[in-house]
Amino acid sequence: MSNSTLPTKQRDHIEAPVLGGLGESVARPDGTLKVTGDFAYSSDLWADGMLWASTLRSPHPHARIKSINIAPALKINGVSAVLTHDDVPGSKLFGLEIVDQPVLAFDTIKYHGEAIAIVAADHPETAKRAAQAIVVEYEILEPVVDADYAISGKAPIIHVGGNITRHVPIIFGPQNLKADVVVKGEYEVGMQDQAPLGPESGLAIPADDGGIDLYLSTQWLHVDRGQLATVLGLPPEKVRLTLAGVGGAFGAREDMSMQAHIALLAMRTGKPVKIVYSREESFFGHVHRHPGKLRYEHGVTKEGKLVYVKANIVLDGGAYASSSPAVCANAACFAVGPYEVESATIDAYVAYTNNPPCGAMRGFGAVQTGFAYESQMDKIAETLGMDPIELRLKNAMVRNSLMPTGQPVDSAAPVAEILEKLRDMPLPPLTTTTDGFDVIELPGGASNVTHGEGVRRGIGYAVGIKNIGFSEGFDDYSTAKVRLQIINGEPVVEVHTAAAEVGQGLVTLKGQIARTELGVQRVVIRVSDTQVGSAGSTSASRQSYVTGGAVMTACRAVRDEVLLYAMEKLGHLHPHLLHFRANYKMINGEIRDGEDHLVSSLADLVKDRVFECTREYRHRPTTPIDPITGQGLPHAQFAFAGHRAVVDVDIETGMVKVIEMATVQDVGKALNPQAVEGQIEGGTAQGLGLAILEEILVVNGKVKNPSFTDYLIPTVLDMPPVRSIILEYADEHAPYGLRGVGEAPTISSTPAVVAAIRQATGLALTRVPVRPEHITSTI
Amino acid sequence: MEFFRPATLIDALALKSTHPTALCINGGTDVMVELNFDRKRPETLLDLSAISELSEWSDQGDSILLGAGVPYTRIYQELAKELPGLAMASRTVGSLQIRNKGGVGGNLGSASPAGDAHPPLLASGAAVNVASVNGTRAIDINEFFLGPKKNTMNPDEIITSVLIPKARGGQQYSKIGTRNAMVIAVCSFGIAIDAKNKSVGTGIGSAGPTPLRAHEAESYAATHLDWANGSAVTPEMMKEFGALVAAASRPIDDVRGTAAYRRHSLAVISGRCLKWAWTSTQDMRSK
Amino acid sequence: MRLTCTVNGKVETIDDVWPGESLLYVLRERMGLPGAKNACEQGECGSCSVHLDGILVCACLVAAGQVEGAEIKTVEGLAGATDLHPVQQAYLDAGAVQCGFCTPGLIVATVDLLEKNADPSDSEIREALAGNLCRCTGYSKILDAVRLAAVRLEGAGKH
Repeated sequence: MSNSTLPTKQRDHIEAPVLGGLGESVARPDGTLKVTGDFAYSSDLWADGMLWASTLRSPHPHARIKSINIAPALKINGVSAVLTHDDVPGSKLFGLEIVDQPVLAFDTIKYHGEAIAIVAADHPETAKRAAQAIVVEYEILEPVVDADYAISGKAPIIHVGGNITRHVPIIFGPQNLKADVVVKGEYEVGMQDQAPLGPESGLAIPADDGGIDLYLSTQWLHVDRGQLATVLGLPPEKVRLTLAGVGGAFGAREDMSMQAHIALLAMRTGKPVKIVYSREESFFGHVHRHPGKLRYEHGVTKEGKLVYVKANIVLDGGAYASSSPAVCANAACFAVGPYEVESATIDAYVAYTNNPPCGAMRGFGAVQTGFAYESQMDKIAETLGMDPIELRLKNAMVRNSLMPTGQPVDSAAPVAEILEKLRDMPLPPLTTTTDGFDVIELPGGASNVTHGEGVRRGIGYAVGIKNIGFSEGFDDYSTAKVRLQIINGEPVVEVHTAAAEVGQGLVTLKGQIARTELGVQRVVIRVSDTQVGSAGSTSASRQSYVTGGAVMTACRAVRDEVLLYAMEKLGHLHPHLLHFRANYKMINGEIRDGEDHLVSSLADLVKDRVFECTREYRHRPTTPIDPITGQGLPHAQFAFAGHRAVVDVDIETGMVKVIEMATVQDVGKALNPQAVEGQIEGGTAQGLGLAILEEILVVNGKVKNPSFTDYLIPTVLDMPPVRSIILEYADEHAPYGLRGVGEAPTISSTPAVVAAIRQATGLALTRVPVRPEHITSTI
Repeated sequence: MEFFRPATLIDALALKSTHPTALCINGGTDVMVELNFDRKRPETLLDLSAISELSEWSDQGDSILLGAGVPYTRIYQELAKELPGLAMASRTVGSLQIRNKGGVGGNLGSASPAGDAHPPLLASGAAVNVASVNGTRAIDINEFFLGPKKNTMNPDEIITSVLIPKARGGQQYSKIGTRNAMVIAVCSFGIAIDAKNKSVGTGIGSAGPTPLRAHEAESYAATHLDWANGSAVTPEMMKEFGALVAAASRPIDDVRGTAAYRRHSLAVISGRCLKWAWTSTQDMRSK
Repeated sequence: MRLTCTVNGKVETIDDVWPGESLLYVLRERMGLPGAKNACEQGECGSCSVHLDGILVCACLVAAGQVEGAEIKTVEGLAGATDLHPVQQAYLDAGAVQCGFCTPGLIVATVDLLEKNADPSDSEIREALAGNLCRCTGYSKILDAVRLAAVRLEGAGKH
């Protein structure tokens, strides 16, 4: 059995006492808790007798561990346990797709910041000091830090099987075509970090049955559980996870970080163990966005029609695989962008190196190629002397256009409309530097860099494409348990899933769906845990679709059971009930017939009965892609978004101020318009960050800026107003016609900003983030 | 760890004398980062925030005596007219939360080459007043910095105030940082024009082991500015002045920027600052 | 070390405080007030913003010993017995809350801004809130919330 008492502040449900069904901008049910400070994040939990954990991490990117001496740490007063790989009872390795990453390092260290030992002590400060007291003898090895070199065949092998984690070739259409104009380009994307504000944290509590209960931040409870069970050597049912409050994710929480560590310490000490990463440890504790080099060749006709696209993409996956294989496939699949092309030849590689491991981040492989293909489109337009929008319109995908995988885009593909709407939106006025201006409006802001000197305005456009849901034949499903009962005379619906609410607002949507489907007002959202079937990951913009679909399906199953019960109980009074069940509806706590006559209130009908249904929902099946040709039907749904960026650049200092971001996105159906806008604005901001600010600097395998002082994410003075237009072309395959929202805006935001800077400066700018050094040629 | 919170300067000096390794804390914006990040574990913390005279400023006629703990927010709200360069620099420090707590004393105590207060203090020719049980002394700001995070203070001394001449002409401060707010200077520049003495003071931040003066640039400006008629600074003067400032810098490559970029952008912002400061010098004259 | 201070109007006395601890640690781990968040511990994110003797500060940059006798107001002290503070309500209504980790700090900073400036321009809002990082919203709805709160507070004659 699980422990009966929850940790202090952990909730088991959230009341959703708000009105509003689908299509309305319903307020978050957890909102009041969040604005009052009462919402318990995983770093806020507390349990009696709790210990604090700390991690010892490698200062070297590549080294052989000669010895680990934990004795000095054990001697420190207040220390309860110090564990190394020797103390891992089950599998010493974990991993999302490839099981290659040690829970605690053994033999060799493969990246700077790899976890070596863990400590539990009575105070976080004691734990930290004890971790520092552990003595590790290293034999320092030369790190492999360049992905091209790693896969060249000349580099030392980092993992058995070689340094190519995956190679995805795509051969589409006739090959070796000739074109009027050939445009080549080489692009580079730096290593971006998700930088969620909530640090990795969690609380592990050993249970009386020899199992363990964990309360933590994650994106995917069941995959954590599966990995934990193998590491701990426990059956999965003895590993129970409950989602604590999650302070953002963006991909950073798809892999395990502290999960196994606190579980091991709790099992060893028999006490609750809590960990909260510092910001610095957070930068070392989660995977990042893959940096990459992308070499492109576009063949086009004189009129601007794409003839062929050749791309060679090398992503640096770092020391362990994480979700690299899927990221690589995405980079390949979306290498051409939302354009039709007769022929495509694509080779995408992801390499093992001794750099920090890279994995999921919002946009997932499509961000890197998005920057490259949109840069190419601008370069082609410039070469042909064409308007960049015209060039894009000429090649824009439409419904049933083919992806380079041969897969038709068999739903709305309003690429042309997105571009036209972007072009037609009014432009912001020029920034004035006449009397009474405030430097805060100018590049550099309060830093007083320019009073208008050197400032040039630039406008750039970009459009992007992203898949929704897991791909390549993955059995991508979610589970929802929905229960209807009468409490204090009022029908109450409880919705229970294992889906991770990380801030995106699924918790709101689940309530909206239940209210709409079952015609009740009061909905209780159970906190997500592993006591219900898997919801899959909160990633790939998929939860509204898949968990939304599961809640919809479970609600409809409950409705069918209620109506069936009504037939049994009330059929003699309402003979139509026996024949026309489909016309009956549940609305406002009542059952009404096809003519809107009251059949019964739910309260009168249901009384003490409990209607409960658990249902799984799957998006339509996808297929793997052919390993030689890359052909197949790998994706379930596609999303399209575009951006127009307006920037002011001080071309003499390289300071950039983004003045406005305009965006158009097709969301299928906006089930909560305010939340949709929030996703679009937030995704746009992260794309802007990659364009001009955000990069983890890794020099010879060592991370140089693991702090918010030197890893700069946009402030409110960096992020301009967002002007957005939401299109709603229902996807007939998806619940309510919705299209996943979260990632698409991150893709086109970056290239639009860079295009605007190019227009302002006249520079080629082939690398993101664009640094002032690039603009002033002082790199 | 011991923690002392004296209410008077005399008590503080006595404690610093008996605990010379004590780390002084006031606004906490530097010291607490060191503590939170385990970079420092002093045996003694000497909290100066309860000493009211450290958080006051007074008008001394030609100068402002600025208490070491007067927070940046108050400097730019209350002293923008008397100390425009320092006020501008104060507005660029961190965030409002930081500016509400941090002050010039802490900046000087930390002696980071990137400290925002340093260039305007150098440009204005300020003096740092330090005190110990043995008495007080005023340290010329030009003599104050010894190296990265090193200053000339003795272990038993505490920074009490800074004496800063009031502006006698236009002043400017400009800072390069890759974000539009909350950045540590990649490089920075302060200028103070002294219309009365027909001289120009400068300060360079974050482009050398210590904050630096650009002496040749100062002489160049002093001889080329049209003191008599106030005619505008020409693009050629901006360029030459900027080149001399850049030449006086001694930057390195680091995560925040390349040395080449620092030199380049220093030349640009210092030229601009000269132009702006000269314009405001003329505005002040005409008023 | 024993520490006595007033938090949200209540006098609190806590024993065995390590003087190098931050006010943030004291609030979160010793007083059970986790509303102020720990996201960077170096004053770069504003998530731990609180009022200290009426001044907006990052609780992570204040040493525990420095708050002896001080008056502290945290996000937990803003709402009334039945109603949210108008700034809290505005954040909810404007959709300015996603993951919410930055929200308590932003709300305290917004209260601070509107107490000093009842009708701030967008530039003033941006400069005042530049020390509060948000990773989810892109800030648009945060600006909406501040404007909404300003209008409501004006209407309610609270300034």
